[in-house]
Amino acid sequence: MSYQLNFSGLLPYLPQFAAGIWATIELTLISTFLGLLLGTIGAAGRNSRYRVARTLWGCYVEIIRNTPFIVQLFFIFFGLPALGLKLSAWQAGMIAMVVNLGAYSTEIIRAGIDATPKGQWEAGKTLGLSRRQIFIRIVLPPAFQRVYPALVSQCIIVMLGSAVVSQISLEELTFAANFAQSRTFLSFESYLLTAVLYLVLALLMRQSFAFAAKRLFKNPSL
Amino acid sequence: MSLVSIDQIHKYYGENHVLKGVDLKVAPGEVVSIIGRSGSGKSTLLRCINGLEAYQQGAIVVDSQAVEDDEYKLRLLSRSVGMVFQNFNLFPHMTAGENVMLAPKLVLGQDSKTSRAHAQELLEKVGLGDKFDAYPNNLSGGQQQRVAIARSLAMSPKVLLCDEITSALDPELVGEVLKVLEQLKAEGMTLILVTHEMNFARDVGDTVVFMHQGKVWETGPSDEVFASPQTSELQSFISAVL
Ligand SMILES: Nc1ncnc2c1ncn2[C@@H]1O[C@H](COP(=O)(O)OP(=O)(O)O)[C@@H](O)[C@H]1O
Ligand SMILES: [Mg+2]
Repeated sequence: MSYQLNFSGLLPYLPQFAAGIWATIELTLISTFLGLLLGTIGAAGRNSRYRVARTLWGCYVEIIRNTPFIVQLFFIFFGLPALGLKLSAWQAGMIAMVVNLGAYSTEIIRAGIDATPKGQWEAGKTLGLSRRQIFIRIVLPPAFQRVYPALVSQCIIVMLGSAVVSQISLEELTFAANFAQSRTFLSFESYLLTAVLYLVLALLMRQSFAFAAKRLFKNPSL
Repeated sequence: MSLVSIDQIHKYYGENHVLKGVDLKVAPGEVVSIIGRSGSGKSTLLRCINGLEAYQQGAIVVDSQAVEDDEYKLRLLSRSVGMVFQNFNLFPHMTAGENVMLAPKLVLGQDSKTSRAHAQELLEKVGLGDKFDAYPNNLSGGQQQRVAIARSLAMSPKVLLCDEITSALDPELVGEVLKVLEQLKAEGMTLILVTHEMNFARDVGDTVVFMHQGKVWETGPSDEVFASPQTSELQSFISAVL
């Protein structure tokens, strides 16, 4: 074992890495926001008084949770054009990530909602609030707070999973690593650097979520 | 003219016949105590009055509104009927003040300034003027229950339903909640209480309703009912709890 590390060989590819990081961050920010939104709507749908809505959302969740992410991605990017729906790599990657996070966060948020004591609904009802008002104002905020750690982990999983979208030539961080590696054959350095960068992104994400929690949850101990 | 009029209510949970033809009339300003053994249908009766439970036969009219299984009508009804629960059911992510302000803002469309002032006033009334910004989990049980009462009062109900609202409290905290009820009675509020506080029922309540096996077994003015219970069931109940 006498391998000479040669990080300087990657220097010419720093612009690619920088662009890749930025693309990964952008993908993550947008898919986190839209995915959690979809998950919230999904949790409401799973909790709907209409059976059709509950069943449809249930199917969506089960399909996504029981198929590989890369197959979902390929289906959207390579499969949908057969139906006349042609998407750019960026659009396809984004949709795959949102749809994926949407399904997982639906189940997470639903678990938080299910843990709501029945008395909360009843108190809202006796005060004259509509079902929708009770859901949004009374049930959802504590439910969200209860499952927040699980949601944070899921968002980080989706960020890390975004590496897969390099497979459809979306030029994010892993794409940059593959690119540098194929030109320099510095495999060890390329992927070590990339791993460290993902680690930093993940830690930053955790920090940001912890910071957001302070603003979001005024009563830290429900 | 009764404020609450219950006429031959029947309620089933599946096969279980829980209310078997209950009649009850409550006049404005009257304080009615419902007593009876566990499982006799007291909570169910109370929950039928504000539509939390649907009933299968009979009729309930509150403040000239028929209590029917219709979401819109029940929402209108809930403005006339307040309810306080055994385990408070405060909203844990909101301060005491926010708990009180929520419904007036969302349901009555009050602006923040009005509802805030009103909430402050109500919290002062229940002796918690300095707890506006406290979260429920930082309040004692007695304080939480008083916030819950203030929250109900914020909708200016015509009648307040209380289901064993002191049962979850440590004994030394019961008094402060009962005091609020006494004060409400003095102001003319109509109260229907399911309670185990027999002294309170006798001394403060106007009317006692003894429920047994899903029926109003015996009813009458509090002092009379406690002084000379007519049925053997009520006699044995009273001697067991007093
Ligand atoms: N949600 C429910 N589902 C099924 N049965 C119920 C429900 N609530 C109450 N019951 C039954 O109805 C009867 C009366 O209960 P309840 O009104 O709670 O009595 P009380 O308040 O006098 O103790 C009991 O036999 C109880 O088991
Ligand atoms: Mg009960």
